[in-house]
Amino acid sequence: MKQEVPQLSFVRRFHVVGIAITVVILILIYYSALITGVDVNAFFENADQFGVVLNQMKHPDWPYLTKIAGTLAQTLQMAIIGTTIGAIIALPFSFLAARNIVRNPIGRLIIRLILSLIRTLPTLLLAALFVAIFGIGPMTGVITLAFFSFGMIAKLFYDFIETIDMGPVRALQATGATMLQTIRIAVIPQISGQFMSDFMYTLEINVRSSTVLGYLGAGGIGLYLQQTLDQFDYPRTAVIILAIFAVVLVIDAISNYVRKRLQ
Amino acid sequence: MNKTKTTALERFKWIVVALLVIFIYLWSINGIPFTGIQKSASSVSMAILKGIIHPEWSYVYNGSGEDLVSQLVITLAIAFLGTIISAFLSVPLAFLAAQTTKKFFHPRSTIGKVILTAIRAFPEVVLAILFIKMVGPGSFAGVLAIGVHSVGMLGKLFSEAIEEMDRSAETAIIAAGGSKIQTFRIATLPTILPALMSYTLYRFEISVRSASILGLVGAGGIGTPMMFALQTRDWSKTGIILLGIVLMVIVIDTCSSTIRKRLG
Repeated sequence: MKQEVPQLSFVRRFHVVGIAITVVILILIYYSALITGVDVNAFFENADQFGVVLNQMKHPDWPYLTKIAGTLAQTLQMAIIGTTIGAIIALPFSFLAARNIVRNPIGRLIIRLILSLIRTLPTLLLAALFVAIFGIGPMTGVITLAFFSFGMIAKLFYDFIETIDMGPVRALQATGATMLQTIRIAVIPQISGQFMSDFMYTLEINVRSSTVLGYLGAGGIGLYLQQTLDQFDYPRTAVIILAIFAVVLVIDAISNYVRKRLQ
Repeated sequence: MNKTKTTALERFKWIVVALLVIFIYLWSINGIPFTGIQKSASSVSMAILKGIIHPEWSYVYNGSGEDLVSQLVITLAIAFLGTIISAFLSVPLAFLAAQTTKKFFHPRSTIGKVILTAIRAFPEVVLAILFIKMVGPGSFAGVLAIGVHSVGMLGKLFSEAIEEMDRSAETAIIAAGGSKIQTFRIATLPTILPALMSYTLYRFEISVRSASILGLVGAGGIGTPMMFALQTRDWSKTGIILLGIVLMVIVIDTCSSTIRKRLG
């Protein structure tokens, strides 16, 4: 009787897949380093530059805080209004994109395609584009954030609408209710908590990204960031970064609290 | 909360919240000067639309190294290198930040978490500007910016993976008398490696987006020609660049999520 000794295949015995992946990654690293002009020498030669900058940042110019308080508030205001506008517009679109509400697959596909196109564009890129259209100022920031929030909230939201309990919806449809009546009575009560939660989450992201929008001229604290960095005024840059850090932390905390209460 | 009986206090609370929200909105609307839409807005947006519909196809590839494909490749290279750097940097920080005991206060973990939060607080654009001061404008500054910025997010995700990991393999190796290094190499690393790879890929998707905007501040990649096209109001070029970015992001997202699904 011939006894079969279990043998690993060649591929598994010599870890061919793992080695192949490693080699591919190493080649990619090599060419990426070549393309991006990685210069390790320059990095270490100038490493003290970074230290110098950090050193200057160690002594923040605190009185400057009073000067930037206004624009910091404006950054928050931009985020609040932008997120709200985006959320309001997103609401009808998320219903149109939800599979269990609208049964027309072609219309749904088109709306989803538009939404994913909007989400593909980074916020700063949108800001650069809208500065060209609407000019410099906080209006542009609001529109940019509204645009981004629209894509984001609509997506989060149609995903959620598709998971709701369809029992009340079918019951209402059986009694002959119109589409709007069904949504108002059977759908909205089920989703309002999640909607607020998604809204807060987007607001949180927007506060973070609105801090740099001003760099491109879209209003808010970013403008001061640009000025102080251009003038190598690092003690002031430090104040701005610390202020942004504090505001983002506070907003994070509030939004986490509100989200927990809503769920 | 009792839903059948609402006390006077609860009703009052509702009103307070409503007033607070109204106040916040009034404050916000007051703070934004609604300058209205610029006179040129409609003509400019029409021009942009026209540019997007009629992109400058000759810009896609012309072999000069300044064309769309080469710039997109540079953008991908920045994102790739930055993600690799941060994946390596964030592993030790993640082990520092992971809370492995149930104690209420955990000084080592708290220090690690504070470091990671502080790194996340610096927007990548700010980091890019700082690195430009250090190594000069160009892609290298972009790589460093993404490499440092991503540590904040990857470290957080990694440390959560470490907190949740199955420790039975570790216990087995320790029981068999394995040293700390052996335990790490044979039990800890193989257990969490799939999760680390999956998160790194996910971060790569985000880094591609970040890398495409770093050029706006001079840190290389597709953002630089995009900014230039916007400033010179070259809308057909803007159109093709936008098209290129959208396409690149969609392709990368699809590839990466397919691989991530297979990693589990």
